[in-house]
Amino acid sequence: MSTLTKSSRRDFLKIAGTSAGGLFIGFNWFSCDSPKVEVLSTEEILSQAKSFNSYLSISPTGDVVIYSPNPELGQNIKTSFPMVVAEELEADWEKVRVVQANLDPAKYDRQLTGGSGAMPHSWERLRKAGATAKFVLVAAAAKTWNVPASEIKVEKGIISHAGSGKKGHFGEFVSEASTMTAPEEVTLKDKKDFKIIGTPVKNVDFKEMYTGKPIYGLDFYREGMLHAMIQRAPFGMKIKSVDDSAARGVTGVKDVITFGTSVAVVGTSTWPLMKAKKLIRIEYEPEGAVENSTDHDRIFKELLATGKAEVKRENGDVAAAFKNAAQVVSAEYQCPFLAHSPMEPENFFAHVQGDKAELIGPTQTPDRARQETATLLGIPPENVTVEITRLGGGFGRRLRADYVVEAVEVSRAMNAPVKVTWSREDELTGGAYRPAVRYRFEAALDATGNMVGYKLRGVGMNAGNCTRENNFPAGAVENVLIESIEHKSTITTNAWRAPITNFLAYAEQSFLDEVALAAKKDPVQFRLELLQKAKNSPVGGELGYDVDRMIGVVKTAAEKSNWGKNPDVKQGFSVYFSHRSYVAQVADIVMEGGSPVLKKVTAVTDCGMVVNPTGANHQVRGGIVDGMGHAMYGNLTFENGVPKQKNFDSYRLIRMKEVPDIDVHYVDSGFDPTGLGEPALPPTGGAIANAIFAATGRRLRSQPFIEQKEFSDIKLEIRRG
Amino acid sequence: MANFNLKINGKTHTVDVEDDTPLLWVLRDHLGLLGTKFSCGIAQCGACTVHLNGNSTFSCVTPVSSVGNSEVVTIEGLSEDGDHPVQKAWAEVDVAQCGYCQAGQIMNAAAFLNENSNPTMEEIDNAMNRNICRCGTYHKIREAVALAAKSN
Repeated sequence: MSTLTKSSRRDFLKIAGTSAGGLFIGFNWFSCDSPKVEVLSTEEILSQAKSFNSYLSISPTGDVVIYSPNPELGQNIKTSFPMVVAEELEADWEKVRVVQANLDPAKYDRQLTGGSGAMPHSWERLRKAGATAKFVLVAAAAKTWNVPASEIKVEKGIISHAGSGKKGHFGEFVSEASTMTAPEEVTLKDKKDFKIIGTPVKNVDFKEMYTGKPIYGLDFYREGMLHAMIQRAPFGMKIKSVDDSAARGVTGVKDVITFGTSVAVVGTSTWPLMKAKKLIRIEYEPEGAVENSTDHDRIFKELLATGKAEVKRENGDVAAAFKNAAQVVSAEYQCPFLAHSPMEPENFFAHVQGDKAELIGPTQTPDRARQETATLLGIPPENVTVEITRLGGGFGRRLRADYVVEAVEVSRAMNAPVKVTWSREDELTGGAYRPAVRYRFEAALDATGNMVGYKLRGVGMNAGNCTRENNFPAGAVENVLIESIEHKSTITTNAWRAPITNFLAYAEQSFLDEVALAAKKDPVQFRLELLQKAKNSPVGGELGYDVDRMIGVVKTAAEKSNWGKNPDVKQGFSVYFSHRSYVAQVADIVMEGGSPVLKKVTAVTDCGMVVNPTGANHQVRGGIVDGMGHAMYGNLTFENGVPKQKNFDSYRLIRMKEVPDIDVHYVDSGFDPTGLGEPALPPTGGAIANAIFAATGRRLRSQPFIEQKEFSDIKLEIRRG
Repeated sequence: MANFNLKINGKTHTVDVEDDTPLLWVLRDHLGLLGTKFSCGIAQCGACTVHLNGNSTFSCVTPVSSVGNSEVVTIEGLSEDGDHPVQKAWAEVDVAQCGYCQAGQIMNAAAFLNENSNPTMEEIDNAMNRNICRCGTYHKIREAVALAAKSN
């Protein structure tokens, strides 16, 4: 019992058996009348545990530790990954501890958070990790009991043999099993036998989050660590001169250092640095194009008219289709820049010592942080360690390693452990933004209202390809031309939740609404006709989407939203495929006092099997709230390479009172699970804009909605129904 | 620099800092109370919410020199074992996504329910409108505040 620690908590319960002198303890927060008992810490469990594979260690006490390799930023991967391992292991979830794995490329592939790709990438791996461990535990029990392995059952961490009446928990077979070789191939469970997957499992970090435990990067402190804050240059500018004399005079400031286009103030705590940073006098000079938002408006129009386009997809004879059309519909759509604005500002801890570097903090791409650090320092990547903290949001901002590498710069210069903290102003002005984009759509209709020609020409910024040429309605139209034009901007841009599609989906789904109206067809029926054509006679090679799955969510969304049934409710429809998942949405608007009020969004998702319904609902609702908030309010404008909106007083984020009801449904298509961190966001703006049109006859072709001239005379609101 | 005696979570702490240092940074940098979060720094998002004499307060814009004898309660001091009705409701409803704003949300909800133990949904919306959740967990926050009110 020497390894047990005394707990001050008064509400542990369920003492579940002893063998090697250990206690098995589950934890229940809400049982305040239970007696005081003792509990093993995760460290104590790990000190005795045997490793079965990269994901899994089991201690002789029967406690199971599951490592979650991917960074957790709110997508709930730290809960859902271990659920999959525990399912195949047949573990008792109450005895599972989850540990965030540090960066370890030897153990884990694709240890990153981005593209909603973790679950589809790891689904089989995680299942095998659990199943192979179960296999050797069963083999060890069979050997110990001298019974056939095929007669052994495993349930909730208990291994049993009915014939002999023998029974024991995982821990009793850990020593024997951990010496056995795991099989290359193993039989996985039938999905219908799943007991953990598909059930609502609570976030594994809930206690830490709700009691204020220091689990985020910004919460990392080490004795003797220095703090730093950095003034970064406007985009397109470089430093001409620096006067740091006033900044150096602030009590608590130890040094001011310049590197690249940045000036760092370094000291012993944060507040003096916030003051000192404002006192640095920096003169800048252009080193490239110093852009304004008005320049972007002009560049978009010029490039759309005359820019050199890359043809991304061409089917049929587009010129003839438009020449012979009974009717042509065309429209242009444009969105502004957006910042990621995770609630936890960027920050990172770095400690460079000789040819080694230690990194700790919030990153979506720990391996990129390691590689860029190694390159900067000229040391082997193996000499860089990365500890991944919980992330206070990411939304794509923490895919970059710029804020990691600058901590490394400061640590090297100061020869000390350093944490760099960004202020909110730094976050909004030193971003790697969702860039603005402008699209021109054209549709050719025949005399019966069939869309026989479709053109999309987009101008993106640093986007590479600002289209998704193999996505719907490609495949459903005989004559298609999709072109992408690129503008290279000096403003840093990056993936932002559902890159490209976060606006392309809105523009496309709004435009299709315009086309359906011109064709005098119901928007849902119009889409179903197109999908039927794509199913019966798909046009031109590769399609990026599964037609049946898209039809499935369209039909279910129409049904669940009572599409077109209530004349007092004005509805807008949208459907989009992104990141391997399908989401259809219907927005409901009611006119109140002459104003359109968004009351409800119905969402139907096909992400294959739902691993954790709680987590899935979070991602669907969260994606919709995100899409809605940014479509309504999000706007970052540039003046001389600097955003005008510098904090949440001018850069508006959606709040509690502005959130309507969101009704969430799933289509069970029988497929393996796909990711949900992004797919619910793209359809939202289109559903809302189409409902606004249905309610007011005003078509919104730009974001943010509330700043458009269409709503200069009436108020546009979102409220709970 | 000056000495300030602060009553925080039932204990007195002495810190030697500049007068204008926000309570937030005193808690985080000087006292190691890291549950109170920094996010906007200008009283817009509520991540830094603490109680001052029971009132929801943005600690990021509260100079330490203005705290005086006020009783400060942070998320660490809201309950001994994390079993305040609001914390229990948050766990029951499984509110968080990234979780970064949630300590501030919980502190705001606890102060609000202390003033209004039987709120309407509209009153909950109004009270919680001062805290931003970038992940968009607003539905769950609303549900958890209502549950905490009911179970209290």
